[in-house]
Amino acid sequence: MRRLSRRQFLSIGGLVVVGASASQVMSALARDEKAPVATATIRYAMVIDPAKCAQDPTCRDCIDACHKIHNVPLFAPNAQGEETDKAHEIKWIWKATFEEAFDEQEGDNYATGGMKEQPMMLLCNHCDNPPCVRVCPTQATWKRASDGIVMMDFHRCIGCRFCMSGCPYGSRSFNFRDPRPFVQEINTSFPTRTKGVVEKCNFCEERLAQGQPPACVEACRQKALVFGNLEDPNSEAHKILAERLALRRKEHLGTRPQAYYITS
Amino acid sequence: MIDHLLHGGPRYWAWLAFLCVVIAIGFGCYYYQLDYGLGVTGMSRDVSWGFYIAQFTFLVGVAASGVMVVLPYYLHHYKMFGKITIMGEFLAVAAVTMCVLFVVVDLGQPSRVLNVLLYPTLNSVMFYDIIVLSGYLLINIVVGWTMLTAESNELPPPAWVKPLIYISIPWAISIHTVTAFLYSGLPGRDYWLTAIMAPRFLASAFASGPALLILIALILRRVTSFDPGLPALRKIGTIVTYAMIVNIFFVLMEFFTGFYSQAPGHMASLQYLFFGLDGYGRLVPFMWLAAVLGIGAVIALLFQRVKQDERLFALALGAIFVATWIDKGLGLIVGGFTPNPLGDITEYAPTLPELGVTLGVYGIGFLVLTVLYKITVGVREAQLSPETAQQAATAEQASPEQLVAEAAH
Repeated sequence: MRRLSRRQFLSIGGLVVVGASASQVMSALARDEKAPVATATIRYAMVIDPAKCAQDPTCRDCIDACHKIHNVPLFAPNAQGEETDKAHEIKWIWKATFEEAFDEQEGDNYATGGMKEQPMMLLCNHCDNPPCVRVCPTQATWKRASDGIVMMDFHRCIGCRFCMSGCPYGSRSFNFRDPRPFVQEINTSFPTRTKGVVEKCNFCEERLAQGQPPACVEACRQKALVFGNLEDPNSEAHKILAERLALRRKEHLGTRPQAYYITS
Repeated sequence: MIDHLLHGGPRYWAWLAFLCVVIAIGFGCYYYQLDYGLGVTGMSRDVSWGFYIAQFTFLVGVAASGVMVVLPYYLHHYKMFGKITIMGEFLAVAAVTMCVLFVVVDLGQPSRVLNVLLYPTLNSVMFYDIIVLSGYLLINIVVGWTMLTAESNELPPPAWVKPLIYISIPWAISIHTVTAFLYSGLPGRDYWLTAIMAPRFLASAFASGPALLILIALILRRVTSFDPGLPALRKIGTIVTYAMIVNIFFVLMEFFTGFYSQAPGHMASLQYLFFGLDGYGRLVPFMWLAAVLGIGAVIALLFQRVKQDERLFALALGAIFVATWIDKGLGLIVGGFTPNPLGDITEYAPTLPELGVTLGVYGIGFLVLTVLYKITVGVREAQLSPETAQQAATAEQASPEQLVAEAAH
């Protein structure tokens, strides 16, 4: 039997390693990311009625409920309990103007009816084709195949903030400092975060697992937030969207956002 | 060869000591940042990448530009670049080292950095950037060191190094292309979402990197006996000129697309950077300084007289280096984040600790560069006759700091 020289052994070994990794690359490139969506039976979405939200301009019940149960810190609050350290603010759901939410429709004064004066509740859009998931180098953020929720692993995140650059909605926050001393009242059933990681709205997946609706939906007295499964024709969210025209933020980017703003 | 590091004049040791002080300051600032979090920097929710990532981007360009001396020498047997090729490769090594460090100091959780390898993610451009950058670092260390060893032993280089050199040429292009893809593939950032990003990165890299190489060579030929030859440096100057013309052309194309189409997203960042937007315009003076320096230097370099006069030549190259640094190391990243996706503006300025960490990383880069160049120059001086070696020793008395300052003016 012919004996291999060390050089030959190393070259063959090298080729095997290259070949094995190439097959990984090929399978990843061949993967069709859209496939699971077509077969999924659950596609969670948030349907927002800004007209109802506008009934009480000072209300911040949904924000407070969400931030309380998710241990979101409040740096340098003012007398109204609002964040003043805007640069380092952590927010999962917040109130914005129509121009901020739909900046590409700035010149549209007629078609959107009274929407221009209404507050827009912004949160993670849980995109069907999320750019944040595409860019994350560690899969610390991923789209859950079973229901489309864009999830976040606070313990795997390395804090590179690529997802923040990738998100076209400004929905992600970064812990620029240790948030724990600034959490008003710690909820021990949900993790607190460490400095140096990114976080965002998770559609209350921990509550959904227990059969409860998202905290913001439960807290809203005006019933301006409707959460549901769009794949279910009997869900309230599905029925509203079947009847009324809704806007989605930056649809032209192909992210297929799952927060719908119904027009009045 | 490493023994050359131990023989140097007082200026050499003073320079090393100076670098060590800078690095120590950097470490101190980094410790503070690790302890408190990235809140010690000027970065914010809106401008979530700042000075660190900007320096990383700029230095990837400097690293890639080594190919501008490697390609003519090895592919076209352009003998004039013979003496400076190893310098280009070692400059790339120092630049990539700094790139890696800038990414690490930018991480919120640096202790978790190995997650990138534990969970390799093939759909993330960052994964590919890590591969091409570490590969490029390795190639340049191996090639540079092997060529220098061969030169030291007065033997022809081993045959296996040739294919590695050929691979290094497209590899250099790849590192800056992949780095551009980090930005140009993001759907919501109009200033970055442009197909011309990678070509523009390469053009500015091939201007800034070789300009730096010439400046370093001009300093080296004053403080040491090493001389790559002025004609070679002028030739590289021609490369710098052409690359800068292409770079300026690309920037003007961005202006045309934005302002003729009147598409708001494509105008907003340019408006912010060059004219100010909604009353915010912190970077406006810097961007115009870059424009004046860049265009002025290109026009100057078209005159032979400027290239013949060593001082004017250095001045023009310094202007190009500063112009490309402002464009990429300042405007590119901040501009991409301004205005934010909601159309609001949060202005960014680096803080003192952030600048300290940045200087520390540059200090480490220059230390690597000094070590590698000292060995190279030592090898070459050893081959000279005793008389020239004697002259070299006296030439070393000139202060490198003085010359750096001179070149900067």
